[in-house]
Amino acid sequence: MRYKEKKLLNAKTKSNLVGWAFALPAVIGFLFLNLVPMLLSGYYSFCDYNIIRKPVWSGFNNYISLFKGTDTTFWLSVKATLLYTVMAVPANLIFSFAIALLLNRDMVGRAFFRSLFYLPCILPAVASSFVWILLMNPDFGLFNVILDFLHLPESKFFWDKSSVLPSIVFMGIWSTGSTQVIFLAGLQNIPRVYYEALEIDGGNAWHKFWSVTLPMVSSTLFFNLVIGIIGALQVFGAAYIITEGGPNNASLFYVFNLWRQAFKYMDMGKASAMAWVLFVVVLLATLVVFKTSNKWVYNEGGDQ
Amino acid sequence: MVVRKNTAYYIKRTLFYLLIGLLAFVCVIPLYWMVRSAFMKNTDIYVMDPFIFWPSKMLWSNFTSAWNSAPFTKYAFNTIVIVAANILGTLLTSSMAAYAFSRVKWKGRGFCFGMILITMMLPGAVTIVPQFLIWRNLHMVDTYVPLILPAFLGGGAFNIFLLRQFFLAIPNDLDEAAEIDGAGKLRIFLQIILPLSKSAMIVVALFTFLGNWNDFFGPIIYLNSKDKFTLAVGLLQFQGDYATKWNLLMAASTIVVAPCILIYLIGQRYLIEGISLTGMKA
Repeated sequence: MRYKEKKLLNAKTKSNLVGWAFALPAVIGFLFLNLVPMLLSGYYSFCDYNIIRKPVWSGFNNYISLFKGTDTTFWLSVKATLLYTVMAVPANLIFSFAIALLLNRDMVGRAFFRSLFYLPCILPAVASSFVWILLMNPDFGLFNVILDFLHLPESKFFWDKSSVLPSIVFMGIWSTGSTQVIFLAGLQNIPRVYYEALEIDGGNAWHKFWSVTLPMVSSTLFFNLVIGIIGALQVFGAAYIITEGGPNNASLFYVFNLWRQAFKYMDMGKASAMAWVLFVVVLLATLVVFKTSNKWVYNEGGDQ
Repeated sequence: MVVRKNTAYYIKRTLFYLLIGLLAFVCVIPLYWMVRSAFMKNTDIYVMDPFIFWPSKMLWSNFTSAWNSAPFTKYAFNTIVIVAANILGTLLTSSMAAYAFSRVKWKGRGFCFGMILITMMLPGAVTIVPQFLIWRNLHMVDTYVPLILPAFLGGGAFNIFLLRQFFLAIPNDLDEAAEIDGAGKLRIFLQIILPLSKSAMIVVALFTFLGNWNDFFGPIIYLNSKDKFTLAVGLLQFQGDYATKWNLLMAASTIVVAPCILIYLIGQRYLIEGISLTGMKA
């Protein structure tokens, strides 16, 4: 029996069948959870599609009305999201890089501190957002107590259009543990000899940082930058849980607006058009970072 | 000279530990604040002068009253069902896919793997609308199917990638030796690869637990009936209903957060290795 089977299926065909069989669930998942929805959303974006009625082809109408600003919320949400991205990405990168630099020094309890700084990442966004709402309460929150104590002016945090975005950025810095861990892994990959060589040449700490550390982690920095931009452009949780896009639309994040168009106003056509605009912007942003990366990312192996 | 250098060294070290200690302190403030407020009388939360560091009398009853003011037992049960099903499905199908992408040679392997990798870059917002409409046409909205079935269809590109990286590191000689002994690909997968990949499987299980325990985006889109809610959505609902009862809200939050911290304490070593291995998080 066994012998016969081997004869019937040659090894190559069998290997092909086995491969497809093992990958089948994931391939089906790719088709029905990603590819088909992508194509459908592309089609719907050209349709007048309120969920109750059937989709009706309407050409570029959805896109035109978005860009012309017929619905003013589109540009408001673009503005809020870009402002947030411009603030959050550098803030998160600088902070998590600084933490990683600290953790990379010779120290007692590195594993403990690393785990502690990572902890906020694993908490449910709903629960931690509630704590931040309480901490940042203008009347009885801890933060204003601290500001008073330091003789600094109080803030309205989430409840003022000028302070809401910095407050969300600040809250986000708290949970940058995974970025820190990636930076730390990059730092620990730097061979010690490089520093030793510089020490022999009489380089100080600044030289070490500038001519060894920074170039050697530039590819990690690049990776975190790409992931950071993609993530920031899709910020949603804070708007949904804390601000509902306010005050005065200052935190009306793009994906929150998209969610609202789709699941509150049931305008699936407009929501799909917004989704595709986001997709293209994310793609372009990634491409731009990739294109400029060869100017500042140092690859030890030459081209990679 | 040597002595002076030492003093400078110790001052530097002290400053370093002070700095990192201060950062650690700031990092735990929100958690401290949550637990502190969970034990307080609600009226005390509004008192800022004099400042209350810790309640003089710990009100354990806040936890029971918070738990009983909403159907949290039901929410907890629902969450556990969803989380358990997701862990099972993800472990099963992501390891299968990772095996196919790392140790079996087949036509279309590179293409399929590339496609699945690209989905990691795809914004979730692009697919959520049509995904919802598909589930709606299948009359699956307000059931757990949209929240569970995807786990049985590959369990996400991140997990496949993580496991594939891990499987690639297992020496090929083991497969070859087993094949000479007459073992098929399925037996190699079950009896060699999986037992050797326990730590990677633990990472996948942990990420899946945390991801689903904390998720609110999926449940708010797919679930309508209150008795089907998960803990995260139940907590959101609770805030809507009891906006001014901060002590109860913080008590409920503490209960929802506690299992995450517990799981994290048990598995953090694996988790952080997992992030360093793949260079990303779920």
